[in-house]
Parts: sequence; C-alpha cells; structure tokens
Amino acid sequence: MREVLLEARGIGKRFGGIHALKDVSLTIRAGEIYGLIGPNGAGKTTFFNVLTGLYSRDAGEVLFAGGPLELGSPHLVARAGIARTFQNIRLFGNMSALENVMVGRHVRTSAGVLGAILRTRAQRAEEAAIRRRAEELLRYVGIHHRAGDLARHLAYGDQRRLEIARALATEPKLLALDEPAAGMNATETAALRQLVEGLRADGLTVLLIEHDVKLVMGLCDRVAVLDYGEKIAEDVPEIVQRDPKVIEAYLGGSVG
Amino acid sequence: MSRLKPAHWFGLALVAIALLALPLVLTQVGTAWVRIANFAILFVFLSLGLNIVVGMAGLLDLGYIAFYAVGAYTWALLASPHFNLHLPFWAILPLGALLAGMAGAILGAPTLRLRGDYLAIVTLGFGEIVRIFMNNLSAPFNITNGPKGITRIDGFGAGGVNFSTTDTLFGIAFTGPAKYYYVLLVLMLLVIVVNLRLQNSRIGRAWVAIREDEIAAKAAGINTRNIKLLAFAMGASFGGIAGGMFAAMQGFVSPESFVLHESIMVLAMVVLGGMGNVWGVIAGALLLSFVPEFLRYTVEPAQQAIFGRLLIEPEVLRMLIFGAALVLTMRFRPAGLWPESRHKREMGERRA
Amino acid sequence: MDILLQQIINGLTTGSVYAIVALGYTMVYGVIQLINFAHGEVVMIGAMVAFSVIMALVGMGLPLPPFVIVLGGVLAAVPVCMAIGYLLERVAYRPLRHAPRLAPLITAIGMSIILQHLALLVWGRDPRAFPQIMENASFAVGGAAISSVQIAIILLSVTMMAGLTWFVYRTRFGIAIRATAEDVRVAGLMGVDANRVIAATFTIGAALGAVAGVMYGTYYGIAHYTMGFILGLKAFSAAVLGGIGNLAGAMLGGILLGLVEALGAGYIGDMTDLCRWPVFGELLAERCAADGHVVLFGSNYQDVFAFLVLILVLVFRPSGLLGERVAERA
Ligand SMILES: Nc1ncnc2c1ncn2[C@@H]1O[C@H](COP(=O)(O)OP(=O)(O)OP(=O)(O)O)[C@@H](O)[C@H]1O
Ligand SMILES: [Mg+2]
Repeated sequence: MREVLLEARGIGKRFGGIHALKDVSLTIRAGEIYGLIGPNGAGKTTFFNVLTGLYSRDAGEVLFAGGPLELGSPHLVARAGIARTFQNIRLFGNMSALENVMVGRHVRTSAGVLGAILRTRAQRAEEAAIRRRAEELLRYVGIHHRAGDLARHLAYGDQRRLEIARALATEPKLLALDEPAAGMNATETAALRQLVEGLRADGLTVLLIEHDVKLVMGLCDRVAVLDYGEKIAEDVPEIVQRDPKVIEAYLGGSVG
Repeated sequence: MSRLKPAHWFGLALVAIALLALPLVLTQVGTAWVRIANFAILFVFLSLGLNIVVGMAGLLDLGYIAFYAVGAYTWALLASPHFNLHLPFWAILPLGALLAGMAGAILGAPTLRLRGDYLAIVTLGFGEIVRIFMNNLSAPFNITNGPKGITRIDGFGAGGVNFSTTDTLFGIAFTGPAKYYYVLLVLMLLVIVVNLRLQNSRIGRAWVAIREDEIAAKAAGINTRNIKLLAFAMGASFGGIAGGMFAAMQGFVSPESFVLHESIMVLAMVVLGGMGNVWGVIAGALLLSFVPEFLRYTVEPAQQAIFGRLLIEPEVLRMLIFGAALVLTMRFRPAGLWPESRHKREMGERRA
Repeated sequence: MDILLQQIINGLTTGSVYAIVALGYTMVYGVIQLINFAHGEVVMIGAMVAFSVIMALVGMGLPLPPFVIVLGGVLAAVPVCMAIGYLLERVAYRPLRHAPRLAPLITAIGMSIILQHLALLVWGRDPRAFPQIMENASFAVGGAAISSVQIAIILLSVTMMAGLTWFVYRTRFGIAIRATAEDVRVAGLMGVDANRVIAATFTIGAALGAVAGVMYGTYYGIAHYTMGFILGLKAFSAAVLGGIGNLAGAMLGGILLGLVEALGAGYIGDMTDLCRWPVFGELLAERCAADGHVVLFGSNYQDVFAFLVLILVLVFRPSGLLGERVAERA
C-alpha cells in the first residue's frame, strides 16, 4: 500500500445553524486520484475551503506529508504543497493567462521589492525562470496559444485549464480540483480526463470533487461520499457505487 | 524588454530635450508657470506613489496626503531655524520616507485583513488626526508650531548649489523654481522606473492578483496581508518623499496644506488616468494639474465679464471637477482614460 | 459642579446624534455591504437647509414659538436630504452594483466632494451661526445642568430609534429590508424588490441624517460646509463599534462613543498634566510652579477619541460589540 499523503481527522464546520461538516475524516495516499462526491450542499466545497485555510474550522486537524498542516493561513497551506481550483472559476481577470500562471510561482520564488527596482542579476534570472516555467505549464495544459490574452477573455474550458496551470505552478504535492468538468461538453470532459490522468502519471496526487459520476468512477482510485456534512462511504468506486447508503443519499436528496 | 528602434531613440531624445528646455521657456512666460510645472511634477510623483496602492494593489487609501504631511514636517523640523537643525537632504528625505512608510504600516496593519472599505475610512480618519496633531503639538512643548506652521525652511541644497536663488550658467539664468524643476524631474524619472519595474515583478504581480481576486491570490500562495502592507508602506513612503520636496520648495509648511481635498485630488488623478497604468496615471496627473490652473486664468475673468462678479471661485470649481472626475470615470470609463493593458504588452513581446 | 455627571449628560447628547447618523451607515451597510461615504455630507446639508429655513422664519418676524421655527427647519431638511439620499443611490451605487468593490467607494467619495462644494457655493465658506431662539433653560440635576436643547435632542433621538425599530421589525417593508440584508438572492425569490429596498435604506438613512444635522446644528449653534466630514467619521466609528449592519449596535455604539468622547475630553487634560506625574513633575518643576500645569493633551484632542475607538475595535473586535462574524464566501 502506498504511503499516506494527507490525513484529515474529525473535521467539523458550522455556519450558524448549518452543520456543513460533521466529524469528517479521510485519508489520501500519495499518487492516487481521490474522489469526493455527494449531493448538492453536502459540504464538499466547504471541506476544500477548510483544507486550504480559507475557512476556519471548528474541529479537527489535518496531517499532510508527515506533519501537521497549519490551517490558519492559506499561503502556508500552499507552501506546504496543496493547490486548488475553485468551483466557480477564480482567475485574475485583468491579467494575461501567462501572468496568472506566473502568480502561481510566487510561493516558490523570493525576489523582493529592492531586487525588482534594481533589477539585480538574481532577480532577472528568477524572473526568466518564472516565465519559462509558466510557459511550460500553459503548454502542458494545452493553452499556450492564449498566453497573452486576458484571463477573462478566455473560453470557459480554457479558463478551467488556466486555473489548473496556476495551481500546478505552486508545485503542489496534492492538487484539489472542485468540479473541474462542470459546464464542459463531452469532448472537453474527455480532454480534461486525459489531463488529470497525465498528472497522476507524473506522480501528482489529486483530490477531485465531481458531479459527473461516470468521470469519477472511471478516473478515481478511491472515492469518499459526503451527505449533509457527514462521510457516509469511502472505498474503491465499484464498492461505493453499490453502497445502499450512497444510493439512498443520491436518490433521496436532489439529483446528483 | 524589446530593443528600441532608431525612430524611438529619436522620439525619446526629443522628449528629453523638451523636458529639459521647458523651465527656460516657461520662465519667459512667467516664473509662476515654472512653479505650476513643478507642482504638476510633484503631483505626478504623488500619483505614481498612490498608483502602487490604489492602482496596482487595489487598496483605497484616502489619507495619502497625511503621509505627505509626515514627510513635509520631517523636513521642516530637521532643516529650519525652528529647532535650529539643518540636516542635509540625503539624510532627511530618506528619513521622511521611512517615517511615512512606518506610519503607513502601523495604520494599515489593523485594517488590511478586513474588507477594503475599512482601510478607506481609517485612512480618511488618519488624515484628519494628523492635522489635529499638527495643529496642536505646539503646547506644552512647541513641536509643530501649531496653525502658524514652520517658516524659513532650508531649501534643497546639493553640491554647494543653493536651489532657492538664481544662478547663471552658460549665460542662461536658472531661477530657483527652474532648478527645483530639474530635481523634481529626476525624482519623477525615478518613480516612473520604480513603477514600471515593480509592475512586471513578482511583487507587482502579487499586488495585481490581490486587486483582482484576493481569495484566489491567497489560495495561490500569496501572503496577502504582508504583500498589501508592503504596497501600503511603499505608497506612503513615496508620499513622504514628495512631502519633503514640498517643504523644501515652499520654505513654509502649515497644517492647512494637508487637507483631505489634497488626497482626493491625487486619487482623482490616478482614477481618471487609469488605475494601474503608469502612463495613464502620469497623463491624469498632468491633466488635472494644468486644467484647474488654466481655469483659474480663464473662468475668473469670464465670470467677471459676464456676471460682473465672481460666482464660482476657481478653487471650488476645481474641487467640483475632481469630484465629477471620480464619479464620471467610474461610471463610464472605470479603467480610466488610458487603461492598463497587460495583454497588449504581452502580445507585442510575442511578435517582437 | 459635578464634572462626571455633566460630561455624561453632554456625552449622551452628542452620542444620541452620533447614533442617529450611525443608523444611516449601518442600514445601508446591512443591505449592500458598502459604506455610504457621502452620508456625512447629507447630514451637513440637513443642517444647512434647516439653517436657511430657520433664518427665513425668524426674519419674517412672525410671532411663532421657537419650537415651531425649528420644526419648520426639520420639515424642510428631511425631504431635501431624502432626495439627496435617493439620488446618491441612483448615481453612485446602483449603476455600479456589479462593478468591483472599489468603484462605488470611489464614486461615493466623488459625490461627497461634489455635495460639499455645492454646499459651499450655496451657504458660503464661513460657518453659519444658528440664531439663538430657543431660550436655553437649564435644569439642575444632582450638581450638573441639563439644557432644554439637550433634553429635546435626547428625547427626539430615542423616539426616532424606537420608531425605526418598530418600522424594521413590525412592518412589511421593514421585514423586506431585513430579508434583503440577510440574503439578497433569497429575498428576491420571495418577491422582495431589492432595488426598492436598497433605495429605501438610503432615503430613510438620509431622513434620519437630516434630523441629526438639525440637532447637531442647534446644539452647537453652528453649521459649516465641512461639518459632515468629521461627524460622518465619528458616526461611522460608532456604527463599527456597535457592529456594522446591526441597528441596535449603531444606537449603542453612538451613545458609547458620545460618552467616551465627553469623558475623554473632560479628563484627558488632567490625566496628561505632567505636573501631576512623579518624574515629569520634578523635571518641569519650574514650569509647573509658574503655570500650575503642563498639559500634554488637552480637550482640543477630542476628535481623536473616535478614531482611537475605531482602530481599537478593528484590532480587537472587528465585528463590533453586537455584530456577528460572517465568513466571506470563497
Ligand atoms: N460561507 C458560507 N456561509 C454560510 N453557509 C455556507 C457557506 N458556505 C457554504 N455554506 C453552506 O454549507 C453547506 C455546504 O455547502 P458546500 O458549498 O460545501 O456544498 P457542496 O457539497 O460543495 O455543494 P455543491 O455540489 O452544490 O457545490 C450548504 O448548506 C451551504 O449553503
Ligand atoms: Mg461545491
């Protein structure tokens, strides 16, 4: 069995009266694609937000890459090696696609104000490396031809890819994708699937929220199911798919 | 960086000559116009400082002029008969920048983790607080000399040249204001370079990212609090430098020079020109510096001629224009008259 | 004279005015999560309009009781300010509702500059003194004095607070306002017209502001085209102190701020009198002997307190005394 990359223990989160996460524990192993599914409002996005430090949590802790994860500050989470995308795409609209990815390099680079003003040799070298890496990543996700366009002018599918490229620029160990296939047509979804499989082949671990059941079942090594903030199942897709509790959650709730 | 073509060099040379000759020409028209040009440059400087805060990082700083005041009083107190101190510019100017930057950091720290509106209102309040202190720190110990202000402030002086008097060089008379013009020009070039270089740097991109989407910026690994604080402190220190130059040039400072309206003026220049775009901001600053002066010379006589008396003072008209500039720009051209164009630059580079 | 009690009475008076102005900030913030930067100017215009009407009424020489004259001023100021409040929403906020957050803040600042200078054009650069028509009877309360104007301000403020609370909690429209504040989208689904509600909060806030402006003007006997700025800043601080977006918070915050300010102004001079301090007292023995005291910060620093309160609240409890923490949706 592969080593454990991330272990969430007893995560709890409330919004006023809503108990969005109840004692959620899950374990993600290095190199796998881990699916997180559940009906609308089950708490999947909230789990991402807690994991990446955007929301404070009410209970629980996370171990990541062998140590405790500091959940208070998003930038420390990113530095530790977790990158994410957002369900409702969040790009830097008035920056070019290339610049969006270059921003992702921030956490792995160090040039400061003085270096920039004086254009020191180190700063120029770093800047060139940032640019090179960003171009590579754009090529990797297949939108290099749009490098100079403003992010907000990109097509929907390209925006999703750009968000992934920006996330990859932070050199994550774990890439968390929140419904990357939402709103995509069949061709785009197939291409996305290829992209994610490529990421796994390159050794990345992926945490995937997705409503497209076929995609999840075909892609994921293991799947966890959330319902009303609780984890009701966690196993390989074949077993989860047949779990009566899961079927009940999906049929009883709104359409999945 | 693209290589410049000969035609570009020629254009640049023309601009340089024009800028160098300008004060000599203006002196012929009247020294007042050299002063006006000096203030226009000072406002370009201030606007580019504020551009870092408002334009790049998207932080609404409404108390910018308070940092200008910090710089001005630093100069006034350390280079005047008031305390009988006469420190040289290379000591005071950086100190003024440092103090202003520190004031900015202290002020920004509690608000930068909150929504932008709070920063706006706190800076607004800070402007007023600074004025209260300037007005009242004359008793029991006379630090600021109160509303009377500080007079007989040392001018700028470097290399044995006194910048307040007229000198003749190669048969050309350089008046005090003309000499200040050149100092300010150098400072302005400096701040332009700083702006341009920051814009395309790791930090500059982080600022713009925060402006565009703070949550995404956090998730992308930016320590938004520190990076915002940096923008805020940097902007403030530019204000401090401008304030020092103001004190030197005027030879006199009093709390009256640092009212809220001055902050609004600088903000209007940044907004009208195009937040985030260095050249737009410069154009905005020049436009809003000269238009009111122009009005001063036209509106007053025109009113006298038509109504036989002054209905609207030029000062009031000026503020109405600034207010309208803010409202109308946001409504009809939110990116300003000369918008920032991050993509065009990239495209140009690709073709080159 | 009992200074403590006197300062409490004074503080309650100004605090009531702050509270009424703060309500305007907090109502608008409640529904659109934006600070109405021009609210202070609305208050100033209220004071100015009332001033003009009062002067005109006094000038006519009719045998009207002072109370009626001031009421005339209020009745003129309220609709004018309501119109301005409505205009503000339509010009500065509504067209920019989906623009980046910076945009409406900037237009609001622009509007406030415009309003201020229009007021300057109409009422001039110099402070306008309200005529002393209310014979300022004062009553002794346990070693301190309370004037009839102070009583009127406090009573009127309490009435308005009660009226607003009733309106917001007991009427259909009030419920629509609260629903919108809770969640615009859901309120829309329930048939609430968000545009109307938002415009209404601006106008109601402006109406309250108008009355506050008149109260402030009659209390200090003076109106000036810049008065809205500092008054607005203080009222905003009060709203933040109470918890912005929270009506009861604005009232509480206003009163507390008034008290802090009055007590601060009353005692800061004594407290920062260096002659009463051990080390400095000796260092400055000569000056102390000559002048009696060496006051570091006197009551001329009164306006600083509101700012200090604001900063302290933002550092230690940004959600204010009664506000609840809401996470920004990621
Ligand atoms: N910032 C917030 N404030 C209040 N409630 C919230 C917030 N974020 C999420 N919730 C609530 O928490 C619950 C879980 O929401 P979440 O977005 O995590 O669901 P989800 O599983 O991602 O659903 P979907 O499939 O629709 O994206 C929902 O009831 C939602 O309304
Ligand atoms: Mg979701």
